[in-house]
Order: sequence, then structure tokens, then C-alpha cells
Amino acid sequence: MRRRPATGRKITDGAVRALSLVASAVGIFFLGWILLEVARRGAGALGPAFFLDLPSPPGVAGGGLAGAILGTLAITALATLIGVPLGVLTGAYLSELGQGTRFGASVRFCVNTLMGVPSILIGLYVYTLLVLPAGHFSGWAGAVALAIIMLPLTARTTEDMLVLVPDSLRESALALGAPRWRVTLDVIFRAARGGVVTGVLLAVARVSGETAPLLFTALNSPYWPTTLSGPTGNLTVTIFNYAMSPYRDWQQTAWGACLLIMASVLGVTILARALIREKRR
Amino acid sequence: MTEAAPERPKLSVRGLDFYYGEHQALFDNTIDIAPAKVTAVIGPSGCGKSTHIRVFNRIFELYRDQRATGQVLLDGQDILAPAFDLIELRRRVGMIFQKPTPFPMSVFENLAYGIRLHYRPTRSELHGRVEAALKAAALWDEVKDQMQRPGTALSGGQQQRLCIARAIAVEPDVLLMDEPTSAIDPVATARIEDLVVSLKERYTIVIVTHNMQQAARISDFTAFFYQGRIIELGTTEQVFTAPRERRTEDYITGRFG
Ligand SMILES: Nc1ncnc2c1ncn2[C@@H]1O[C@H](COP(=O)(O)OP(=O)(O)OP(=O)(O)O)[C@@H](O)[C@H]1O
Ligand SMILES: [Mg+2]
Repeated sequence: MRRRPATGRKITDGAVRALSLVASAVGIFFLGWILLEVARRGAGALGPAFFLDLPSPPGVAGGGLAGAILGTLAITALATLIGVPLGVLTGAYLSELGQGTRFGASVRFCVNTLMGVPSILIGLYVYTLLVLPAGHFSGWAGAVALAIIMLPLTARTTEDMLVLVPDSLRESALALGAPRWRVTLDVIFRAARGGVVTGVLLAVARVSGETAPLLFTALNSPYWPTTLSGPTGNLTVTIFNYAMSPYRDWQQTAWGACLLIMASVLGVTILARALIREKRR
Repeated sequence: MTEAAPERPKLSVRGLDFYYGEHQALFDNTIDIAPAKVTAVIGPSGCGKSTHIRVFNRIFELYRDQRATGQVLLDGQDILAPAFDLIELRRRVGMIFQKPTPFPMSVFENLAYGIRLHYRPTRSELHGRVEAALKAAALWDEVKDQMQRPGTALSGGQQQRLCIARAIAVEPDVLLMDEPTSAIDPVATARIEDLVVSLKERYTIVIVTHNMQQAARISDFTAFFYQGRIIELGTTEQVFTAPRERRTEDYITGRFG
């Protein structure tokens, strides 16, 4: 039989290589550009006052986003507290009990769909569910909205991580006489904990940059977040307001807030990656 | 198999059929397993050896579509009866798998885990039981100074002995072993073979193996499986020197399988 000439294959190979290289380079270029630009413009805003003071009126020197920083921390923490247990348990159900069942398949379908729902829609949903009946915006509503975003993310990664644990480990724990729930909690979760924690951290990173769902729920506030029962200051909506304002110093502060969020997300992501590496060792 | 007759069998299997969904893998298996002896299960790949022993601790029930019918009596009680306490069954019937499966915990916790599932030991009882099990599994000398190391950090052969120790620690009557040495080097294999022989005083052992020499070396009885059926059961000596069935002879002499 006649051999296929190698030249055609080599040309295709080279072309595909070049294309994927260019594609990655474009991605990295824009990421680098955004990082540099935010760092350059935001760094100037990040003095002690930025972290310690409440906002000052436009044109008045000083002032910071202490309230919004605390608010974001509180809302995100609360959302994590609500969303992560639900998500992790859902993931455990999908991996350990729902495999091959109709109900499991429907839950998985819902989780995937929920993951694709635009976050602004979730904001509006919580707005009708909690804000309208209460008659006012609240940090609680913001936390619920973020929790709803976190639920499918953590459910998905938890399932993926638990499914990776080989059946032989389940079998040996069961063969020792462990009931199913203890096998899951003591052995399967422990085997997959690095991956599960990573999934949780990435979900936290993801929602800490969300603006749309907070716009309809927590709204914003220039005061200290002494309670979550009213409009609650937060960084992302502050960025939205300040960046749209005509005042130079507010715009400057918005860049600072961007830099802060970016740095935190980067920090959390690096932590998550370190945990994955830890697990592989 | 007259030699096994005097004592009551540890396990009596009567008319056992097994199904993977629609696919039937075992046909009318009937066999007695002698107490405090090693019974080897041999036969070509896919003949149902694993399937058969996985009925003895009902581990197959982890999978929705797998089903066993018939009778399996453990000391005269039908373990397939829904009322039989599954957790107690698995305490009494331990299992060792082909690949070692240490839990993601320390050596000590690997053993303590099973003990705490079934007993409420004091601290000193727990330590005593862990030590005794590791000694019985011929692992104590190698790990006594590294009890806090992860179980997964041991060598393959050590991991397998850890799994044996873990199974022994809950005081079972029966140990099921599914090709326990097939993933392990020859030296470690020899140690595990010695271990199996030393354990049979106290435990009834059923071991699946593809290694004829291994079956001949360590077992008292041998059962030959073929296409989901038990073709022959006898003393190991009889099965290897004077098999009653033609197919057994063909398999043992390497004509197929
Ligand atoms: N999970 C499963 N689903 C469907 N069929 C299976 C499954 N596991 C085993 N079988 C089938 O059941 C039969 C017996 O398999 P089994 O694993 O018990 O054989 P075995 O004697 O242990 O083989 P080996 O020596 O290769 O381990 C085979 O025909 C196999 O294809
Ligand atoms: Mg097998």
C-alpha cells in the first residue's frame, strides 16, 4: 500500500500549534493588561484612610471604603455559610447516592442550569422574594443571592471531586462495617478534601466580584455595616456608583476598590492552587 | 470432599445465582467452606470468582443493579435474608482487595477506624488492639515507629498488610481475599502468603488467585470455577494431583485460561 506523505500532516500540526499559541497569548495579554492597568490606577488610592475611614463627600480630601470592605466581608461570609453547606451536601448526594437514579439526574440537571443563570436574574429573584416583601434592601438579601450563586458551583466541584475517589476505597470502608454516611464523611471526603476546599475557595472568589445580584438586594450604603437588615455597603456596587460618578477622586477610589478585589481574588485563587498541589503530593 | 465433613462448614452456599442487571454471572453455586482453613478459588478470568466471594459480605449491594438469589449460610444463618444485620455481617466477614486500599489517614487511624466502628474501647484497649492486629499481620516491627505517618506512605506490600491488619482488628471469623498479591512484588507476596498460612488457625480464609503455585502452597481446599459454575471442590492436593473433572485438569495444566 502507498504510504501517506508526511508533509501534509506536518503542515497541519504546525498550523494548529501556531493557532493555539496565538490564542493563549491573546488571553494572557489581556489579562496582563487588565492587571497592570488596575494596579497602576488603583495603587494611589490605597492609603490607610482607604481601609479605615468612611467615604467623604466628593471634593473633600480623605475618606475611604472601610464600611464597604466590612460589608463585602460580612455578606460574602454569610453567603458562604449558607451556600457552601448546601452545595457540598448536594454534591455529596449526587456523587454518593444519586448516581444512576432519576432524581439524581434531575438534581444534576438543575444544578447545571442554575450555574448558567445570569447573576442579575438571581438578583431580581431575591429582590422579589425578600426585598419587596420586606419593603427595603438588606445585606441578608445580598447574602442569599450570593449563596444561590455559590450553591451550584460548590455542588458541581464537590461531585466532581468525590466521583474521582475510586470505588475500591468505598468498598473497603463498607467492607469494614462502616455505614454509608460514615464512609462518605470519614473516608471519601477525607480523600477528596483538597479538591473540595479548592472548589469552595473558587466559589468564594467568584462571588466576591459579583455586582448585579447585590444591586437589587444589598444595594449600597456609605455607613458602617452595623446591621445587615438594611442597605449594606459593599465594594462592587461602590465601584459601580463611584466609577459612574463625575468626580475624579471617587473614580480614583473605584480603581482602588477594583485593585483590592482583584488582589483578594488572586490571593484566594493562589491559595486554592496551593491546596491542589498539596493534595497531589 | 470427605475431608471437610466432620466439622460444620463456616459458610454454606446453596443454589446461589447472581445477576449484573440482566446478565447472569453465577449459576446455581453450591459449596461448603470449611472453618479455620484456607480455601482457594481458581478459574479463568471472568468465570465469576470475584462475583462469588463478593456475595459473602454483600458488598455487591453498593451497586444498584446487582442481585443475588439463593442461600448463603454463615454459621447456619442466611446472610442474604434482609433481616441479617449488614454491619455485623461485615464485621464478621472481612475483605482484602486486589489493590491495597489504605484510608487517607495515619497508620494508627487506619486500624482504629474499624475498631471504633464496632467497639467502644478505652485508650489503652484501643492501643492494645491496634498493636495486636499489626503484629498478627506481621507489620508491627516495620511501622511501630511511624504510627502517625499516612497509611498511603507505606510500600505496596506494607499497605496490603495494613489492610489485612485493619480487617483483623475488628475480630472477624472469615477473611475474603480477592487476588491480594497480584499488585505486589514477589518478596512481599511471599510474606503475605506466610501470613495467610499463619492466620488460618483463627480465621476461615477464602482466597481468589490466578497463581496455581500460590493456591497449591497455601490452601487446604480448592474450588475451580468455570463460566459461573463451580466445577469442582476438593482438597488442594486432590484437585491438583487427581482432578475429577476434565476441565479442571485442563485449566491446572495450563491448556486454557
Ligand atoms: N460490574 C459488572 N457489571 C456487569 N458485568 C460484570 C461486572 N463485573 C463482572 N461482570 C461479569 O461477570 C462475570 C464474572 O466476573 P468476575 O469479576 O466475577 O470474574 P473473575 O473470575 O473475578 O475474573 P478475574 O479473574 O478477571 O478477576 C464476567 O462475565 C464479567 O464480565
Ligand atoms: Mg476477579
